[in-house]
Amino acid sequence: MSDVVRLEYRNVTMRFVDGTGNSLVAVQQVCLSVRDGEVVSLIGPSGCGKSTLLNIGSGLTAPSEGEAFIDGERVEGPNAHVAFMLQKDLLLPWRTILQNVMFGVEIQGIPLPERERRAKTLLDTLNLGEFGNHYPHQLSGGMRQRVALARTLAVDPTVLLLDEPFSAVDAQTRIVLQRELAQTLKRSGKTALLITHDLLEAVTLSDRVLVMSRRPGRIIDEIAVDLPQRDDPIARRQDPRVNQYVSRLMERLDIGHTPAERAAGAQA
Amino acid sequence: MNGANPKTAMRRGTAMSVAVLIVFLAAWQWGPGLLGIPSFIVPPLSAVANEFVRMLSRNALMFHTGVTAAEVIAGFILGSLLGAFFGYMLGMSPTAEVALSPYILALQIAPKVAFAPLFVMWMGFTVYPKILVAILIVFFPVMVNVLTSVRTVDPDLINLARSFKATRAQIFWKIEFPASMPPLFAGLRIGSTLAVVGVVVGELVGGNMGLGYLLAFGEGQANTPMVFVTILMLTLVGGIAYLGVIVLEIRVLHYLPKRALGGF
Repeated sequence: MSDVVRLEYRNVTMRFVDGTGNSLVAVQQVCLSVRDGEVVSLIGPSGCGKSTLLNIGSGLTAPSEGEAFIDGERVEGPNAHVAFMLQKDLLLPWRTILQNVMFGVEIQGIPLPERERRAKTLLDTLNLGEFGNHYPHQLSGGMRQRVALARTLAVDPTVLLLDEPFSAVDAQTRIVLQRELAQTLKRSGKTALLITHDLLEAVTLSDRVLVMSRRPGRIIDEIAVDLPQRDDPIARRQDPRVNQYVSRLMERLDIGHTPAERAAGAQA
Repeated sequence: MNGANPKTAMRRGTAMSVAVLIVFLAAWQWGPGLLGIPSFIVPPLSAVANEFVRMLSRNALMFHTGVTAAEVIAGFILGSLLGAFFGYMLGMSPTAEVALSPYILALQIAPKVAFAPLFVMWMGFTVYPKILVAILIVFFPVMVNVLTSVRTVDPDLINLARSFKATRAQIFWKIEFPASMPPLFAGLRIGSTLAVVGVVVGELVGGNMGLGYLLAFGEGQANTPMVFVTILMLTLVGGIAYLGVIVLEIRVLHYLPKRALGGF
């Protein structure tokens, strides 16, 4: 990990016009930066604009105000430094697993032998080597999500934007996938911004956790996770300090309080 | 069929299907006689079979069947190509869809076969009005299916491609076009059977070729077996067209789970 900033949001504000013509602010004045090799989680209530930030970072939408930078370059549109992965695996059913992994590199015009080499290597690392010629419907949800990860890594981005990548798989598979992601990130030294609802996932996978408020989304807290073994979330789970972090996050997110308690707290 | 394994279900189903056919043929042969239905209303199977053999030599049955089949194929292919083309164009351009949809809807509601006399007036007793009716009738199911499929592609898939800096053409060829294949084939299946309808109506209206002409000719002569033979041949032509689509579909959509295909 070095001090080079890979991903940065400067005063990013995003407004939308909803169906009834009202303007609503999704995210407000968000500033955050992620250093090289760092894994940062972003947690917050539903609809607080987490995914909006991801879209801005990947260049799919332009912010209303402020700007995003990837590798020091202002994000003007999609670029090769960043790749995203969603809850949905977005595999193309008519492509084999190998062809799906090559999807991004194929669009970028990388020659066939090179993209095949990359895709095969990635599939091997993720223990999917023997499934290259299968079609997506023949694979389980967890395997499909690993293919999606391979596709994301195949374009060799410096920054990975992960939007609840494991929330659609069952709990046990999720633990396995989390470890694979952690090891892959560690091995490749990639920088990642992970959006998640799972507080335990945020703590076990990241170097830092950022907490967002209800809409309009702002960053209201930043917690550095000072635990060893970021590449082994299963080991981290055993660490008693993890619970303290999770409790603190719950506190910040106001989870476990009734609305009445919340109102009382706000008045106090 | 709950609990039965697919192979058993398949074998049982086939056996029953054959049984139904035998019962149907037997009822056709002896039913009318038993019920006292005169043979000029419902000729028995044997009379229709004899008429078939007679028509092969006397009425150039195969020639007329060939003409109809050629018209069906031409109308089906051209109608499908046009339908697919407009489906993709309108699917990719919301402006064009908004501008053209009222007219397309109007044309879709108008009974296409009603155009047959008009086309015959324009183009005479040739094969062209028949092909044109078929084109018109095949066009809509194909266009609507393609249009809907392009419209309903998961926006996240498009965003995924965009995040890799895909061009508009790449998004079309790598996502929208392949994603439209299953609905396109559903449209083609419908189109292949409708093409026969379009052609027959065209032939009924005017001309001296094709099965539609034989149909009118048989009616004029009060030759019921001839009408029956012609209907059977039309069904055969439609069936072959439909089968052709299925064969192509199985090849193109080979990536789908087996259960998703089939469903004749």
